[in-house]
Amino acid sequence: MRSPILEAQGIAIGYAGARPPSVTVAQGIDVRLLAGEMVCLIGPNGAGKSTLMRTLAGMQPPLTGTITINGTPLAALTANARARSLGVVLTERPNVGMLSGYGLVALGRHPYTDWTGRLSPHDEAVIRWAVEAVGAQDIAARPVMELSDGQRQKLMIARALAQEPQVILLDEPTAFLDLPRRVEIMQLLQRLAHETGRTVLLSTHELDLALRTADRIWLLSGGVLASGAPEDLVLSGAFETAFRSEGVIFDRHTGAFKVNAEGVGKIYVRNMGEDGVAAVWTRRALERAGFAISPDADSATITVQILERMGGTIWRLQAGELASEHRSLQGLIASLTSEI
Amino acid sequence: MAEPILRPFPRAAAFTESVPDAPARLGLGLRPALLGVLVLALVIVFGVSLALGSVSIPLQQIITVLLGGEAERASWTNIILKFRLPKALTAALAGAALSVSGLMMQTLFRNPLASSDVLGINSGASLGVALVVLSAGTVGTTVLAGIGLAGDVSLVLASIVGAALTLGLILLIARQVENSLTLLILGLMIGQLTFALVSLLLYFSIPERIQAFVNWGFGSFNGVTWDQVPSLALPILIGLGMALLLSKSLNALLLGETYARSLGMDTRRARLAIIITTAILTGAVTAFCGPIAFIGIAVPHLCRSLFNSSDHRALVPGVILMGATVALIAALIAEVPGSGLILPLNAIMALFGAPVVIWVILRQRNLQRAFAA
Repeated sequence: MRSPILEAQGIAIGYAGARPPSVTVAQGIDVRLLAGEMVCLIGPNGAGKSTLMRTLAGMQPPLTGTITINGTPLAALTANARARSLGVVLTERPNVGMLSGYGLVALGRHPYTDWTGRLSPHDEAVIRWAVEAVGAQDIAARPVMELSDGQRQKLMIARALAQEPQVILLDEPTAFLDLPRRVEIMQLLQRLAHETGRTVLLSTHELDLALRTADRIWLLSGGVLASGAPEDLVLSGAFETAFRSEGVIFDRHTGAFKVNAEGVGKIYVRNMGEDGVAAVWTRRALERAGFAISPDADSATITVQILERMGGTIWRLQAGELASEHRSLQGLIASLTSEI
Repeated sequence: MAEPILRPFPRAAAFTESVPDAPARLGLGLRPALLGVLVLALVIVFGVSLALGSVSIPLQQIITVLLGGEAERASWTNIILKFRLPKALTAALAGAALSVSGLMMQTLFRNPLASSDVLGINSGASLGVALVVLSAGTVGTTVLAGIGLAGDVSLVLASIVGAALTLGLILLIARQVENSLTLLILGLMIGQLTFALVSLLLYFSIPERIQAFVNWGFGSFNGVTWDQVPSLALPILIGLGMALLLSKSLNALLLGETYARSLGMDTRRARLAIIITTAILTGAVTAFCGPIAFIGIAVPHLCRSLFNSSDHRALVPGVILMGATVALIAALIAEVPGSGLILPLNAIMALFGAPVVIWVILRQRNLQRAFAA
């Protein structure tokens, strides 16, 4: 059993206002982060993800309870000691002017250098290692100003790595990035956790990516935090419960959100094709167009039959008296919407 | 994308061993070659500013005088030692002080147009000076004439306090508004406010003092006597030393206060240290030379372009050297060598400084985004 690096016991998070009634965002949070694992914090907007991240990073105190790093209370650590064990990557993207990539990453050595900020050969070696670890060797010599959002984000992660922390906290590291960059950053963080033994905690809106890459998920919703393996949370229905209040439906089968929650009509898709691919995409197309899919033929009022004929796919539509055949899903949907 | 090579995190000893032939240093931080060039430029310009003026003095004679010898003409020795040397020292110190203040303001406020004059810190210092000068019993033709050491010291202190209070006020408001444009307008308004107070003071003053104060407002490196040089130099040297000590903190502040704190920096203490340093530097210069504009905003930008870096470990010494050089050049131009004229220093500063500021704005296009380019 690995020992916890960061541990929160019975903490309540929120804001202690100027006047007594402080705003509690969530309470009764008992969590621990182990060495070498990647944990994704997800939850609906306004559930308190950022507040929890800020609290764990020691940027704001918990309302109650204690947070410890390696057994030492976070509040008892000096700022410098905290910086050596905890690195953060925030949502804000600071403009660092004419700093080069290496110059930016070098700022991570702040807790280790003397008052002059002079970098020893060891400091420089760690900087090189951090840049290499995020795969940014080819961009690190360039001014940060000229880099893209994704490249900058890699350097910000390298900067946190250069602090040689045991835990890296990242607040929405994939926001503002395009899909390939988001996948790349998530894979990078996963490998950092697994191969270097660092602990990575990140908050994200990328439910799908989180489900596929995280070792564990923290699901924060309605002031309560549920923790577990991604699949466990899916099977226990925790996701559906968490996001139901938001008016979106989490589909347990696909691990994704359904766009059209309430479909009209009841369509049964009968698959006569070679493999199931056509049926899968037919169901998707029908759902997208706003129809509900029925699991069996008996409760359905409409049947769509998929036939492989003459090397092509034919969709045969049967709705009561009406029957028609279509050579494309577009045609099928057009016919359905005009008749129902 | 190439596969990142990930290694377990190295321990200090093991890691150095794993790098057998030490790779080329990253070349971050101090830039000795460029700093050497700046030192050379400063020495040359300093020499030239001793040589040129209403009368030209050969360089060789200047060296003789500086080494304690006598010049061919007795008047030359007099001119160099009594007038040009204190003036050049004043210009160099003031230029360095204002430029470093500008650099620290730009980093602290994360704003490319921040500087002592833009943020109204000069005006705050002016108010302090006005209170001392206009309430003092002396009636001279210049602000600095004959107020004695006690007068000099109280002038500097009043100026520093005025600067510190203004800066504190601005910082207090800056924490409420993140927008850098709002901050600049605020600085303008505070400048106007203190100017109004000074005007009121002037209104109830006697004409001689008003004239003296108006002349002081044009800005000048002249008129600082040897007796006054220590009162000017001491706070400035202390301030410049503090700025050098603050280089590391200023670097961390490039990332903003939240990140700086996450790096283990005591941001409250660093902010206070920066305010005090700026107030000392700006206050001391303003007391003796008047509110001098533009150099504080322009030199940091020129220096960043020269170094192609925002690293304060190189920028602070660079800005000190370049600020001193630029101030000496401006003073030289204001003298119009050989003419016997002395133009208002602030006019010269604006003529050369304003285009630099325009260049900064045009180059950045988006003022909100880039603060340190």
